[in-house]
Amino acid sequence: MDALILSRIQFAANISFHILFPTITIAMCWFLLFFRLRFIKTRDPAWEEAYYFWTKVFALTFALGVVSGIVMSFQFGTNWPGFMEKTGNIAGPLLGYEVLTAFFLEASFLGIMLFGRGRVSERVHLAATFLVAFGTTMSAFWILSLNSWLQTPAGYEIVNGQFFATDWLAVVFNPSFPYRFAHKLLASALTASFLIAGLCAWQLIKGSATAGTHKAMRTALVTAALVIPVQFVAGDLHGLNTLEHQPAKVAAMEGIWETQKGAPLTLFGIPDEKAGETHYAIKIPKLASLILAHDLDAEIQGINDFKGAHPPVAPVFWSFRVMVGTGTLMMAVAWFAAWQLWRQRKQMADGKIHLPKPLLYVLAGMTFSGWVATLSGWYVTEIGRQPFMVYGLLRTSEIATDIAPPMIALTLTAYLIVYGLLLVTYIGVLKYMAENPFKHAPIPGGNAALGKAGV
Amino acid sequence: MTWAEFLPLIFLAVMGLSLLAYVVLDGYDLGVGLLLPLASESQKDTMIASIGPFWDANETWLVLGVGVLLVAFPFAHGLVLQALYLPVAIMLIGLILRGVAFDFRVKAPLQFKGFWNNAFFAGSLLASSAQGWMLGSYITAFQPGPLGLAFSLGIAITLPAAYILLGAGWLIMKTDGELQLRAVFWARRVLWPMGVALVAISAATPLVNPAVVDKWFGVPEVFALLPVPLSCAIAFFAVRWVVTHPEVVKAGYGWVVFVSTVLIFVLAFFGLSYSIYPDIVIGRMTVWEAAIGTEALTVIFIGVAITLPVIIVYTVFMYRVFWGKARDLTYN
Repeated sequence: MDALILSRIQFAANISFHILFPTITIAMCWFLLFFRLRFIKTRDPAWEEAYYFWTKVFALTFALGVVSGIVMSFQFGTNWPGFMEKTGNIAGPLLGYEVLTAFFLEASFLGIMLFGRGRVSERVHLAATFLVAFGTTMSAFWILSLNSWLQTPAGYEIVNGQFFATDWLAVVFNPSFPYRFAHKLLASALTASFLIAGLCAWQLIKGSATAGTHKAMRTALVTAALVIPVQFVAGDLHGLNTLEHQPAKVAAMEGIWETQKGAPLTLFGIPDEKAGETHYAIKIPKLASLILAHDLDAEIQGINDFKGAHPPVAPVFWSFRVMVGTGTLMMAVAWFAAWQLWRQRKQMADGKIHLPKPLLYVLAGMTFSGWVATLSGWYVTEIGRQPFMVYGLLRTSEIATDIAPPMIALTLTAYLIVYGLLLVTYIGVLKYMAENPFKHAPIPGGNAALGKAGV
Repeated sequence: MTWAEFLPLIFLAVMGLSLLAYVVLDGYDLGVGLLLPLASESQKDTMIASIGPFWDANETWLVLGVGVLLVAFPFAHGLVLQALYLPVAIMLIGLILRGVAFDFRVKAPLQFKGFWNNAFFAGSLLASSAQGWMLGSYITAFQPGPLGLAFSLGIAITLPAAYILLGAGWLIMKTDGELQLRAVFWARRVLWPMGVALVAISAATPLVNPAVVDKWFGVPEVFALLPVPLSCAIAFFAVRWVVTHPEVVKAGYGWVVFVSTVLIFVLAFFGLSYSIYPDIVIGRMTVWEAAIGTEALTVIFIGVAITLPVIIVYTVFMYRVFWGKARDLTYN
């Protein structure tokens, strides 16, 4: 294997591992803010319990996001030196603003949010929680703006092979950014909802539930049920946008080889790039045209129209099906659970949730379903834009390092071992924490000390 | 000097000061990590509690420093980081291990606590040695060969020692009782080896990088620069005086150890900057050659000018909130 493919695998490994954690924390911090606000409003200790238990989960997840994120900031230089040399004038400010407006905010106020209780007033503590939530969202804003610009470049000119910004508003709010940003935030909300609901379900199964478990679970299930239809609409709009700007990606997603009017939707099949066809395809006539262009007879461009400039078909095709399949399953489960909650709303006067055992097992089994959907979604969009780094303008192969391949293989192996260890530990620790929540309950009377520091 | 020429210098300063802030701030928490195996079980918890609220923000200075290198000097960024490929990877794995160990050591089931304590130490050691190694090969302008290798190896050992002194100084300020006494003892132990190593490195720098000789030993430079080594020596003996006089620590002057060590770091940093300027990759690329376009720099400059003061304000606020002796953190 050469330096290019090894660097690509390493980058994919690092960013796949990294995104698992921000996907949770971006939304979870808003959940925490909600728990905190509910507690301040109602003074019901159950909300406080929910806040402190999930703050611990948040802290752990955040730490994993931070350390894997530091790796990202070095990757560009170590493996992709051409990237910043060519796009630095545009990517630089966007990344710079992420560090300046998001990273420091989250990192500094996280300390106060986690350990500041008893040292700052309730109001300052609440503000710290808000600032961490705001910081994580800002971080998503800038990084997705850059990612979207690479997918749908706008507001630039090219001088001597280097990109220069001509219109910063057009750069930041490039054509695919609003869709990608919305899609990602909603994905985060769903990932966090299913994580919370799943661990809470596990607590109910194991008999380790606290009063906070019921509060958190209801919040998560209601959020999931409300967000998921919005996500399908956002995903659809994102798809329309992709069709307009990156038709080759859509052709690969749908497995459409020849340009045609009234293109059928391929539900399943085995795409074969060499033969230029999808074997054993199960198709529904005209549906692809309807979904993609909202018109039964719309013309959809096929992969064969993009010789040498289209992504590998099979991974994009499959990832897309995994994403949609997982999303559909999440919708079914979230709506069923919400319906169950609605049915027993009268009996829930005690604030306790009584869901059927099988549903609890399904929810627990889907704790990390958001990860599956998120990763497969990113694979669709990132593999789908290959072979380009800046879509249509700069190829990935033009910016790679020429470091000796064995060296990259060595670091790649080391990263994979570390990531494997961390992933197993992370999931194991979450399970352990769910089963032993009292170890993580707020200290009785701790609240009395709030505000004493006078800050 | 025009604005277009001046702007890269501002970013050089921002980058340099961020890296200095990183070395000092993450230096003390890496140092605490290096000292961890020497402490008892309950002391380990206190030591980690003393750095718990800070480490994340501390590491963000590294992201800013490298970020400025990345965004303002992309042509140097690729050159430097490719040359440092292996130590960068080692440092990152070290930072990952210790970053997660903060949480895992108390959140995982008890039988794994020892493992994560070890991971915390190992991560701190990997990260600080790798940073020393990187600094060494940077100063030698990435020249292979035995001299450059020996020089890099020297810094790979010296930097962790300096971090240990910084970490011990931090613990003297943030803890009391038995642990504070031990921190004084640790500082005393590491002081001389570190001092000797620093002098050796300073003496070797002109050998590995001849351009430095003219900058330091010309007349009148040599007299103008004399205060630098003199201040270092004063700071060194101030530390020595405090750590050999426990009653001074008791009287509340323990902070002298930390502050003097920081002073040594700051002076070493300025000495190094002076030696290298205006190159950003020694002998190969000046700061102006490495910088991106003026227009993009201006865009980032506006952001830096607005946000950096705010960042400094809330960083100070955070340190004020956690001022005083470390209390037990409810980390678990």
